Amino acid sequence: MAGDQTNRLNNGGLIDRSTALNFRFDGKTFSGFKGDTLASALVANGVKLVGRSFKYHRPRGILTAGSEEPNALVELRSGARREANTKATTAELYEGLEAASQNRWPSLNFDVMSVNQLFAPIFVAGFYYKTFMWPAKFWEAIYEPAIRRAAGLGRAAQVPDPDHYEKAWAHCDVVIAGSGPAGLAAALAAGRSGARVILCEEDFVLGGRLLADGGTIDGLPAAEWVARAVAELTAMPDVRIMTRTTLFGVYDGGTYGAIERVNDHLPTPPEHQVRQRLWRIVARRCVVAAGSIERPIVFAGNDTPGVMMASAMRSYINRYAATPSRRIALFTNNEDGWRTAETAIAAGLQVAAVIDARPDVSPAHRSLASKGGFPVLHGAVAGVDGGKGGVRKISVSLTGGARAEVEADGLAVSGGWNPAVGLTSYHRGRPKWRDDIAAFVPDGAPPGMVAAGAANGAFGLGAGLREGFEAGAAAARDAGRSGNIGSMPVADDEAFSITPLWHVAGKGKAFVDQQHDVTASDVELAQREGFQSVEHLKRYTTLGMATDQGKTSNVAGLAIMAAVSGKSIPETGTTIYRPPYVPVAIGAFAGHHRDENFHATRLTPSHHWAAEQGAIFVDTGLWKRAQWYPRAGEKDWLESVTREVKTVRSGVGFCDVSTLGKIDVHGPDAGAFLDRVYINAFSSLAVGKARYGLMLREDGIVYDDGTTSRLAEDHYFLTTTTAKAGLVMQHLEFCRQVLFPELDVQLTSVSDQWAQFSIAGPKTRDLLKEIVDPAEDLSNEGFPFMGAREVKLRGGLKARLFRISFSGEMAFEISVPARYGEAMARNLMIAGKPFGVTPYGTEALGVMRIEKGHVAGPELNGTTTAGDLGLGKMMSTKKDFIGRVMAGREALVAPNRQVVVGIKPTDKARRLRSGAHIIPKDETPGPGNDQGYVTSVCFSPVLDQWIGLGLVERGRERIGEVVRAHDPLRGEDYDVELCNSVFYDPDGGRQRG
Amino acid sequence: MRIVCPFCGERELGEFTYLGDAKPQRPAADAGEEAVYDYVYLRDNVAGVMSEHWYHGGGCRAWLKVTRNTLTHEISAVEPAAGAGAAKVGA
Repeated sequence: MAGDQTNRLNNGGLIDRSTALNFRFDGKTFSGFKGDTLASALVANGVKLVGRSFKYHRPRGILTAGSEEPNALVELRSGARREANTKATTAELYEGLEAASQNRWPSLNFDVMSVNQLFAPIFVAGFYYKTFMWPAKFWEAIYEPAIRRAAGLGRAAQVPDPDHYEKAWAHCDVVIAGSGPAGLAAALAAGRSGARVILCEEDFVLGGRLLADGGTIDGLPAAEWVARAVAELTAMPDVRIMTRTTLFGVYDGGTYGAIERVNDHLPTPPEHQVRQRLWRIVARRCVVAAGSIERPIVFAGNDTPGVMMASAMRSYINRYAATPSRRIALFTNNEDGWRTAETAIAAGLQVAAVIDARPDVSPAHRSLASKGGFPVLHGAVAGVDGGKGGVRKISVSLTGGARAEVEADGLAVSGGWNPAVGLTSYHRGRPKWRDDIAAFVPDGAPPGMVAAGAANGAFGLGAGLREGFEAGAAAARDAGRSGNIGSMPVADDEAFSITPLWHVAGKGKAFVDQQHDVTASDVELAQREGFQSVEHLKRYTTLGMATDQGKTSNVAGLAIMAAVSGKSIPETGTTIYRPPYVPVAIGAFAGHHRDENFHATRLTPSHHWAAEQGAIFVDTGLWKRAQWYPRAGEKDWLESVTREVKTVRSGVGFCDVSTLGKIDVHGPDAGAFLDRVYINAFSSLAVGKARYGLMLREDGIVYDDGTTSRLAEDHYFLTTTTAKAGLVMQHLEFCRQVLFPELDVQLTSVSDQWAQFSIAGPKTRDLLKEIVDPAEDLSNEGFPFMGAREVKLRGGLKARLFRISFSGEMAFEISVPARYGEAMARNLMIAGKPFGVTPYGTEALGVMRIEKGHVAGPELNGTTTAGDLGLGKMMSTKKDFIGRVMAGREALVAPNRQVVVGIKPTDKARRLRSGAHIIPKDETPGPGNDQGYVTSVCFSPVLDQWIGLGLVERGRERIGEVVRAHDPLRGEDYDVELCNSVFYDPDGGRQRG
Repeated sequence: MRIVCPFCGERELGEFTYLGDAKPQRPAADAGEEAVYDYVYLRDNVAGVMSEHWYHGGGCRAWLKVTRNTLTHEISAVEPAAGAGAAKVGA
């Protein structure tokens, strides 16, 4: 019982009539059955008009029954899940499905913008380039918004996608694209031989064209053979069948991309499930059994709703028991198209006429025509009379010149078949032309891949099975599998004859690319205007550039170009094929990497404790670092940071510095190795001592800095900046393995193994005594400045203690195994309470390093030399090291280089900002007198004013000079004084005390 | 792309970092500025088979010498750098 499904046949089809599904299209309620696509359900309900076209807003119907569909694009679902440009032909029907037609206003039936058709002459190929040339500023303001309103397809949802997507890897011997006769045969052969097989099918049912065209295989009806094959494959433990999965791309090393539409067939994904899954499949071999796509013939009115591919009409009738039309005319140039006439008659539909472009029709078809009582007209369709209500009348120009008219409400068209050559051509492969089938077929394929069956131009059922079976067997053999492949499935081959016909001249618009509204006359215009190369044709007319990537239009377009330019089709050639084969949602490529999971997040060992303290965190690379610790009553960050700095300078504070890169350097040649990677010497460093080191790149520019301590004769502990931790490790491994393999040294990354805290301030020793075992001597004599050694803590834990200072205060850094990091933070708070301890964040850290004139990231910016940073004297002249020779080149030692210098505003109340450019006082700013810029600034609580560091031409020779800080970005301009970069405790007495 | 790491086996491209041409040799300490300039700046842009340095940072941290055809991405050989692995050269 078909209910309101007026165009549903009473019997047949692969639909579950016991499960009716209600859905809405443009607000109207319909019903269909489980097993329907949205398109087949619309066909069953007699809906012919499903959308308006891209440029001209012409009424459009359903052209195909697969992923090549150019017209029947809808907005599927609503709200945040609204998905534009969804193909109704592949959207599985589900209960409650909601879809809306696109690119029409106010309604599909009455579309204001269809007046664009009247302006068609200005919408021809290249109209963007020609029409809106001048004035230039009108482009953004007027032309583009107007065009965007008028043209276009669906609307994107304007809110974040609520669903999840994921990415997965799979590995196998043989991956097979497509489960038609060739794909199933390939899977059988490979599976029987013992190969690990993945069979990808973009449809939700296996069988490919067998589902619509039937046939007899091994003496069985096709459907029965498919069921048996699937049962056999399902029983094989190493065969994985993936339906709703499109193999869309091939990448180097036998890696394939596939998109699995896991839950697109449900209203919303079940809880904890993803909507789609992006697969990367690594396979030793790939069999492309992706079939072929029937191609249209271009004639006037070929976009009228009711004009449909002949094979699609068979799909709707045979697979879905839905009749697109009642009285069908067929226009074909090949034998295969006639199957639609047979199907229509078998379904009890009327055939109005068959228009065959070939000179001869087989006797079998002649007798079919006479039995069916319809004429066979030799000629071509010259025009279609109809509109949004569908096809009414077809005018035919008969061979010999006469004209005829055929009354029909549907027109099936077959222009032949194009093998799906995408996958085989994605590595810049160029398919080759075969005259006998008038189609491009693969000419080779990426390594490990082979095409079989219709995808390889073998259109017959028997040939497809044979090619698929042989390809599957060979692929398994190549992958080292040698099991018994059993017998090959056998079927007869149908006759195939074709007389190429691409374009029928006639009055009215004849569309090549229906999705982008490119007509045959656009192609001709492109040729006249010199855009003859197919790549130019594509870009000038936008042919094949829509979401369907020209699956039904590219070959016709280049055939028409060939005809008007007097070349052959193979001479004209194809455009480059590029993945993906079907549109893939960006969400699938992103997978879980979105929002807070866009990248990995690294937490310091004391993070959770810091969060309890109410710390404000800042992202530094992947890390979250405590930036400052606000206290009740503090009105802004500056107040908190100033308090933290003052507490450190007068009492004691601590900061988690675990984000620094940490590398253990072991081996008898460890010192010699460090001598080569740092500009200064480390082999001479005494055991128990630390030293600041500077690394250059081989081109002489500073790479990184940090302190390195010698913990034993053959053991150094090296630290890097937070930003360069991974890169320095990579660089050092390169030095060790490639440049200096003769050195006996090993590197171990221990960044994650140690929690490290800086404890700074005059009361540091008092605090440390509460933490460190009383037997350890922390006095200035027992643990002098730049001392470094292992110590025992109260309770017995071993720690590494370094007397180094970034703040300029008396300070230590203490390292404990990372798992004790949080406990260390808590203990420092408890032990430090009597001394008024404060935790401090990266802001206070930054303030104190600027007050001390220490360089950091803004100064180590990939353009500065050791000399620029004021560290030129560290460069050893007694040894070779990375960057030594290039650091001495003329421009790198030029006297007018921009060097680090201190900067303070002449108006003490003034705030400094980094980025301001330094210009000689009273000069007009310009590129000619730009002498540098401010790199780092802070409010100095010690000096009670803003201070900064800058890179300024000859800066160190100009101490005391007043210059102009010019900041056009913020509209600021003020005078500053160049000064010594060490603002606080210049002789360093405090850190040594 | 996939690279067969001599220590870890066949691994996916994402585990590796590319450096560049493996042919230039770091000049000796006394080779002079011109030689170092050559080493640092002058690189061949090979269309075809090339020996390259790759770093298996997502695996064993070995530096590898990979022979790759830059036109086809075909990899014909992978060998560890002279100092890769735990053992000292010559030991």
